[in-house]
Amino acid sequence: MEPLSHAFKERAVWALQDETLQVALNRAKDGFAVKRAKAVEGLPEFDALRDRAVAIKNHTLENLDHYLERYADAVERAGGKVHWASSAEDARRIVVEICRAAGAKMITKGKSMVGEEVGVNGALEGAGFEVVETDLGEYIIQLAHEPPSHIIVPAVHKTRGQIADLFHQNHQKYGLSRKLAEVPEMVNEARQVLRSKYLEADVGITGANFLIAESGTSVIVTNEGNGDLTCSLPKVHIVTAGIEKVVPTAEDATTLLRLLARSATGQDITTYTTFSTGPKRPGDTDGPEEYHVVLVDNGRTTMLGDQFREMLRCIRCGACMNHCPVYGAIGGHAYGWVYPGPMGSILTPLAVGLKEAGNLPNACTLNGHCAEVCPVRIPLPDLLRTLRHREYQLRLGLKPMRWGLAAWVWFTTHPRIYRLGTRVQARMLALLAGRKGRFRRMPFAGSWFRGGRDLPAPQGETFMAVWQRRQKGQGR
Amino acid sequence: MSAPRAGSSHDGTGSRPRVGLFVTCLANIYRPNVGLAAVALLEKAGCSVEVPLTQTCCGQPSYNNGDLNGAARTARQTIEALEDFDYVVAPSGSCGGMLRDYPRLFTSEPGWQQRARAMAAKTYELISFLTDIRGMTSVDAAFPHRVTYHDSCHGLRALGIREQPRRLLATVRGLELRELADSEICCGFGGTFCVKYPEISGRMVGDKAAAISATGAEVVLGGDLGCLLNIAGRLGREGGKVRVYHVAEVLAGMADVPGLGDPRQPSGGS
Ligand code: SF4
Repeated sequence: MEPLSHAFKERAVWALQDETLQVALNRAKDGFAVKRAKAVEGLPEFDALRDRAVAIKNHTLENLDHYLERYADAVERAGGKVHWASSAEDARRIVVEICRAAGAKMITKGKSMVGEEVGVNGALEGAGFEVVETDLGEYIIQLAHEPPSHIIVPAVHKTRGQIADLFHQNHQKYGLSRKLAEVPEMVNEARQVLRSKYLEADVGITGANFLIAESGTSVIVTNEGNGDLTCSLPKVHIVTAGIEKVVPTAEDATTLLRLLARSATGQDITTYTTFSTGPKRPGDTDGPEEYHVVLVDNGRTTMLGDQFREMLRCIRCGACMNHCPVYGAIGGHAYGWVYPGPMGSILTPLAVGLKEAGNLPNACTLNGHCAEVCPVRIPLPDLLRTLRHREYQLRLGLKPMRWGLAAWVWFTTHPRIYRLGTRVQARMLALLAGRKGRFRRMPFAGSWFRGGRDLPAPQGETFMAVWQRRQKGQGR
Repeated sequence: MSAPRAGSSHDGTGSRPRVGLFVTCLANIYRPNVGLAAVALLEKAGCSVEVPLTQTCCGQPSYNNGDLNGAARTARQTIEALEDFDYVVAPSGSCGGMLRDYPRLFTSEPGWQQRARAMAAKTYELISFLTDIRGMTSVDAAFPHRVTYHDSCHGLRALGIREQPRRLLATVRGLELRELADSEICCGFGGTFCVKYPEISGRMVGDKAAAISATGAEVVLGGDLGCLLNIAGRLGREGGKVRVYHVAEVLAGMADVPGLGDPRQPSGGS
């Protein structure tokens, strides 16, 4: 999808003013954080598990070429076919070609962030296929023609009322014209619509949470069981996955699964965990006739070789955004691309460039909550700071900010002038504020006040001045 | 240099450790009272306190805006001013945390990195220094008010400060602590973040102010002036009655001046 990250500031302000969105965000706000906290509390070895996960991921990344080869060999042994896509464009082309060769008309999809990343849906629709998302959240935003706003709960920005309206508009063609109000009714109605699609579909496309190198197995987790139906009913199954999804063994995958569910939704284990290996074998009662895996690089090998390698540990659990106060205030769409929140503020500039997405790594208070909860201990604030450094070196930031920083550094390395300057500043501000003790506005400092706050005035003297007087008074 | 001692009575003879106080720019410019409170507390904890005049800023504005060279220049200034003390103490988790991060600025300058490491190893945030290093268990202060406490993010997450201020506050006469819902959620200050993204920052501090008001506290305390200026600014704009102090002012029994952003006392005040 075309990035809109350059307009982050405007989009953030719209989001803050969008009352419906704010209702949806407030409803979601604490839910995930509280559930995660409970799940973590119930598992004393959670931190040890995190250490193991980090070790597994680091080891795999260090030997990524080896494990990818092993994985590809295993897939082929099981009768599947592996396609390597170095760019988003490659990935789109490969998927479209497979669907054409299969003579497909209708394609069902499970939730796949890499699918969003490379823009699979647009390419397929452009090529004349009918594409239906089967994850309830993805289905909702497909009806709304919107990108996901969260990597786990793509429609978290929608209120129940909005969803009811969407269903009402879109389901009449199936003879379902009752306006619904309750969540279970809506889920049922969506299921009813989707069921017929599963049976009609010629190709099923899913993502993968993990790819197991030893067996060539892809693993997906869902809470609706839609992944199962998407990969086993159509005659062709395509797995799209980033190359960082590979892990050596099934044992490793289960270690990561335990962390994933707890970090994402606070569940001990996701409702459905689906393992699929190759196409249907002789004697199998169900399964696809063809099994394809599209392994997507799209910038990942570059990350592997630079300071952002740790980002490739990411298991897309969403905990970082669930605990991010900026994400909580503005939601996912403001970030302007596929991945929002802290992880998105790193992945987006790396994918679409700092010129487009320079705001994202800056729109963070570096409060560190994301890194505290990240199951694979990615130092997200440090990586955001590294991106700021890169931006500074490329001279992409705002000029006045650069000048201001240069002036400040000069000031801080000339202590005499610093003492004098701060003294004058403290004195002046205190005088200007007078009895009130604070400012309601001030020229050249409008940004502070745009946050809806006054500025407290200084006490009047600098500490250094008070201290020097006190030292003299004591005759030292 | 003295080893950590237990107990809270330090009348100090030969073994008084020399503490270099890193005042921080915000305390220097905005609230000298915080610096004075820090000195008083450190002296009570048996330290001899010095304040080198050549110190300035910790360098976070540069560090967090990508100018690592600039941050290194400011850091050298700080290191030269403070490295000779037994301890370096700052009344701020944010600036204290920055000093601890200095070694990262000198990855290609081994000499400076060595000095940065040595200083980082003896740098502390004020309250945790008092409790964890000096073994302070109580203070001699009274503050008969309902208060709530905001955990500033850097102190909380980078330095693990959570219980220390609460333990000391529990010994302040008359003080009733009411815990703040979401006390560990960022107030939206974030250094230059608050002026680069004021609308988002405003929403965050609005949520914080609402949580503070919901406690029914008369006073909100915290360990970082950046956050406190932000919070006081919002509470002031909303016209509420909650006052804002740095926790050191209360612990030192020096919260007898107007709170942050409060009207000046008619007598002329500070
Ligand atoms: S960065 Fe960490 S917390 Fe965020 S989605 Fe990835 S694994 Fe989860």
